[in-house]
Amino acid sequence: MDFVCSLPLFMIIASLFSGVLCLLLKKKAAYTLSSILLGFVTVSDAIVLYYTSVHSTFTYPMGEFPAPWGNEIRAGVLECIILLVFMIVLCCALPAGYKYLLQEVDETKHNLYCAILNLAVASVAALVFTNDIFTGYVFLEILTLASCGLMVATEVGRIVLAGVRYMIMNLLGSSLFLLGVVLLYGMTGHLLMVPLGQSLTEVAADPQMMLTITFAIGVLTIGLAIKSGLFPFYFWMPDTYGWSTPTTAAFMSSVVSKAYIFLLIKIYWRVVGMELMKDMPLHVILLVLGIGGVIIGSLSAIRTNDVNRMVAYSSAAQIGYIFMSMGIGGRAGYVAAILHLLGHSVTKSLLFLVTPRLEEISGNSMIFKDLQGSALRDRPSGFFFTVCSLSMTGVPAFAGFSSKLYILLAAWEVQSYAVFVAVIVALAVSTALNALYFIRTVIRIYSHSEKEEREAPAPRRHSPAYLIPAWTLVALNLFLGLFPAVTAGLIDSGFGMLL
Amino acid sequence: MLDTLLSNYQEAVAMILFVIGFATLLFQRNLIRKLIGMNIMDAGLFLFLTSLGYINGRKPPIIEVQEAVADTYINPVPSGLVLTGIVVSVSVTAVMLSLSIRLYKRYHTLDMDEIYAMTLKEREEQD
Repeated sequence: MDFVCSLPLFMIIASLFSGVLCLLLKKKAAYTLSSILLGFVTVSDAIVLYYTSVHSTFTYPMGEFPAPWGNEIRAGVLECIILLVFMIVLCCALPAGYKYLLQEVDETKHNLYCAILNLAVASVAALVFTNDIFTGYVFLEILTLASCGLMVATEVGRIVLAGVRYMIMNLLGSSLFLLGVVLLYGMTGHLLMVPLGQSLTEVAADPQMMLTITFAIGVLTIGLAIKSGLFPFYFWMPDTYGWSTPTTAAFMSSVVSKAYIFLLIKIYWRVVGMELMKDMPLHVILLVLGIGGVIIGSLSAIRTNDVNRMVAYSSAAQIGYIFMSMGIGGRAGYVAAILHLLGHSVTKSLLFLVTPRLEEISGNSMIFKDLQGSALRDRPSGFFFTVCSLSMTGVPAFAGFSSKLYILLAAWEVQSYAVFVAVIVALAVSTALNALYFIRTVIRIYSHSEKEEREAPAPRRHSPAYLIPAWTLVALNLFLGLFPAVTAGLIDSGFGMLL
Repeated sequence: MLDTLLSNYQEAVAMILFVIGFATLLFQRNLIRKLIGMNIMDAGLFLFLTSLGYINGRKPPIIEVQEAVADTYINPVPSGLVLTGIVVSVSVTAVMLSLSIRLYKRYHTLDMDEIYAMTLKEREEQD
């Protein structure tokens, strides 16, 4: 076995160790160690991505027990590309939001924050690479605990309350997921995805068992849907994302909720299989809930008068897009879902990092009317916000456009008139709604307020710790938008390897 | 129907516990009650898992002789899963309790709705 095959496990273990080390270090040293670790995981993941795209997928058996008994790590193109984008987002979110971390988190707790962040990285990597659904459950819970820890690091009453509400919703979700896992284990006697899938196909041959299988996969799906914030379970989102410190908000909206969705996709493809999925009404339900999320999320975003909450509600709409695309069914639908997932990760993290800068220059207010003219006072942040808004709306050349195009093409490919009409109507309505609230905000931040008329704004200087990550995310956004075929081709070959 | 339920009474009880816990966690307003609900829910799941692994008339999987026959023992995997699950459940409970203490210290109540109302008031005062 090549050395590269041990890298995924090494990433997880290094993150865990670095987390423990952070507890012993002072704040600056803990921050440096975390940055090094994020860089290490990113680079190793890029190496594994190259290795899997040249050779093929590989599984790494843990301990000495072979396949049906032992635990396994599995790496393919799809896993690596997802983790790579997650890690790039995190590498950008930590330095760009560090300024606010210093302000909002108590000085004695900076190393704790870094420790929890490392723990979260370990659990994200484990969730992406694991080939065992019970390991998936364990790291799901660790990720929930870690993200709650990152949230309540800012010890403000309302954030602690938001953290508690987030935990309660997530606990309901995890317990439903565990129920699904237990039922699947009871029917098949396996926990590893491949033997579980094979055994499930045999069990499904008995028509009486179909109801139990549908129930098991159904509760598992609902569990992960609650955790990732699909309509109608999205109401914890605005408080959670809107009030946390920017790094946490970017991490939670771009990485945590997406990691849950990826686990669900992996279970659908490797355990249930697309043949069995056709016998269950799951795709239709996902499609309907996805469309619901797209519309209701956008409507809620329009109604709010707080820019942070608007960005958070738009996450609910974007999660809706991902589930809608999955609900289209077929490989093209899932490829489009992953493409949208990546595009949204890149865009939303930048939005959460930029919005606080605009608020800061407007007297720390999140209300729209106070933000008037903020882009004129802070040109770079205004530019970044505009790029994200254009991407979210779906203007050509940005990530949001290419993924929406792929969703549309996927809907065309299934050759079902009803699905195509539903998707095209949802896309049209939501694009109009997105344009309404994002472009409205862009116009507002660029229009002169009375303050500017009285005094000319001094040009604002930003540190490279903010500008470099932000430009990286803009470049990644443009790459996904201008060359979607490259990423989609990789994702498609990744799905081929999943089977 | 009733026969099936009676013959699988462990699973039936486990599911009833799960639903009770789930509803308590979702609908109770008091944080401590919510936490109790969460633990009942987890207990239901663990009971379900344990009963899956238990096979009537077999011994616990502790091998005393070298030539052990697998058919004489119950399935040890669910027990292992339950142990892992308990660890997860305990840590989640600990975190939730610590958050409840923080909220109680600040707002002097454990009622989620009251706390929410107070946070809204706080925000209005800030603005």
